Amino acid sequence: MSIIVEAQNLMKYYGDFQAVKGISFAINSGECFGFLGHNGAGKSTTMRMIYGLSTVDKGRLTVFGETITLTPPGIKARMGVVPQEDSLDPDLTVLENLEVYGGFFGLSSKESRRRGQEWLDFMGLEDRGNARVDSLSGGNQRRVVIARALINRPEIVVLDEPTTGLDPQGRRLVWQKLRQLKEQGVTLILTTHYMEEAAQLCDRLVVMNDGMILAQGHPEELVRQYVLPYCIEVRLPFELLPADLEDKVHAAGGVMEHMADGLFIYTEEGQTIWQHLPEWGLSQRACYLRTSHLEDVFLKLTGRREE
Amino acid sequence: MWRVLKRHLKVFSRIWWTNTMFNFIEPILYMTAMGFGLGAYVQNIDGVSYAQFIAPGFIASSGMWASTFECTYGSFVRLQFEKTLHAMLAAPLTVADVVWGEILYATVKSFFYGAVILAAIALLGLVQSWWSLLILPFLALPGMVFALLALSFTGFIKNIDHINYYITIFSTPVYLFSGIFFPLDSMPFLGQVAIWINPLYHSVEVCRSLVFGHVSVALLPHVAVLVLWVLVLGWLPVKLMRKRLIS
Repeated sequence: MSIIVEAQNLMKYYGDFQAVKGISFAINSGECFGFLGHNGAGKSTTMRMIYGLSTVDKGRLTVFGETITLTPPGIKARMGVVPQEDSLDPDLTVLENLEVYGGFFGLSSKESRRRGQEWLDFMGLEDRGNARVDSLSGGNQRRVVIARALINRPEIVVLDEPTTGLDPQGRRLVWQKLRQLKEQGVTLILTTHYMEEAAQLCDRLVVMNDGMILAQGHPEELVRQYVLPYCIEVRLPFELLPADLEDKVHAAGGVMEHMADGLFIYTEEGQTIWQHLPEWGLSQRACYLRTSHLEDVFLKLTGRREE
Repeated sequence: MWRVLKRHLKVFSRIWWTNTMFNFIEPILYMTAMGFGLGAYVQNIDGVSYAQFIAPGFIASSGMWASTFECTYGSFVRLQFEKTLHAMLAAPLTVADVVWGEILYATVKSFFYGAVILAAIALLGLVQSWWSLLILPFLALPGMVFALLALSFTGFIKNIDHINYYITIFSTPVYLFSGIFFPLDSMPFLGQVAIWINPLYHSVEVCRSLVFGHVSVALLPHVAVLVLWVLVLGWLPVKLMRKRLIS
């Protein structure tokens, strides 16, 4: 496996504001690599540096083995970009959008129409080629943007929040298409603030907060590493909680966390503590037992309640 | 750059009819109102009727407005709202490609709009010389000057409403004091200097001379000033737009 994008101590400033504070990561060819974080965590800035809308201020960014400050056309030619905002050309139809965009890569009109139609077929939009862009739903526009990003048969596709604003069906369809692309050997780099998306798609991911990388690894590895396997969410206002709850949880081998204004009890073995809840004065109806997932890792790393 | 122009021309091929029709009506209205209406009260200027005097100027002004609107409202919308320019930059294009694509498109539009007016005044019998055909290639030059000026302004502003300032404070006086409506010889010295800076003045002078068939070396200084404008401003929009597009 070869490294296709690598960052070492990468930094980005906007005036006095430091958006990216020295991050390092290495993305392997053929994997789906995710950047997970809140809005404003520095994900999009990192993407913009990769695909050539932002310059690298400090540190090192290597794409296809070439160190860059502003991604040159030669590298952009091997890359596909799905920007955060749909930037389809409203003056053109769907297929013309693809045709013109292919033209930017030096493809002939005929060739880019042919490929455009192919990618529309792939995205399940075969009959929408002549539609006006603004007549499409948000989900379909997103699919066209993805088709557009594929027109040059890129080796890397950068997706900045590809499913933000889509309904559940639209989101799943996009995931399915992205998985197919990965099967074809395309490297996917995506940002998201949806845990499920990261867990479903990413082989590896980094959790970003405030311009820094807090953790990185495979989604399941991260869950194992940062939280216990089971989680009981306690859905009660804090003032209604039994006073000595924390001690009891602790004694039973659990860990109590206050995060994002909620109470979470993590435990090695779910049922034991769950059975104890009524005798500790907590109704099971107010609680919810589940396996731990990526969101717990994310909350633990970024959302600890300010005390 | 040519790839970007190709995109713009594709759009233009769709809208040119509605676009130029609208544009064609306005100068004709002016010409009728001022040339034939006001002209009835105005004595001949330089030996020609008022309608004949003002008609060639509208070739130049129509070109100016086409370029100006394209590189203000048109470019601003693509930059700020549609994000079309950002999308282009994700493809293997540079800021210079994108910016010069805008400028060339405005130049082409400017040429087209001017040509339509030339045809219109020819139909009205206000064109006296075959030299007028030279206006067609010439139109690209002032077209580019006004594209550069407008795009520099667009690269500078953050709000679409600010374009009004450009139109009222810059374009309108440039239009009124360009020699379209009255000869400028009678202006005071400072006025004369200001007029020599005015690119539209030079464009009007060249258009009028060619329409009347007055071809001489006296036209070369006008062309030279316009070329100078291109040379002086050529670098500015790319520099300003790079700041806007690349963070």
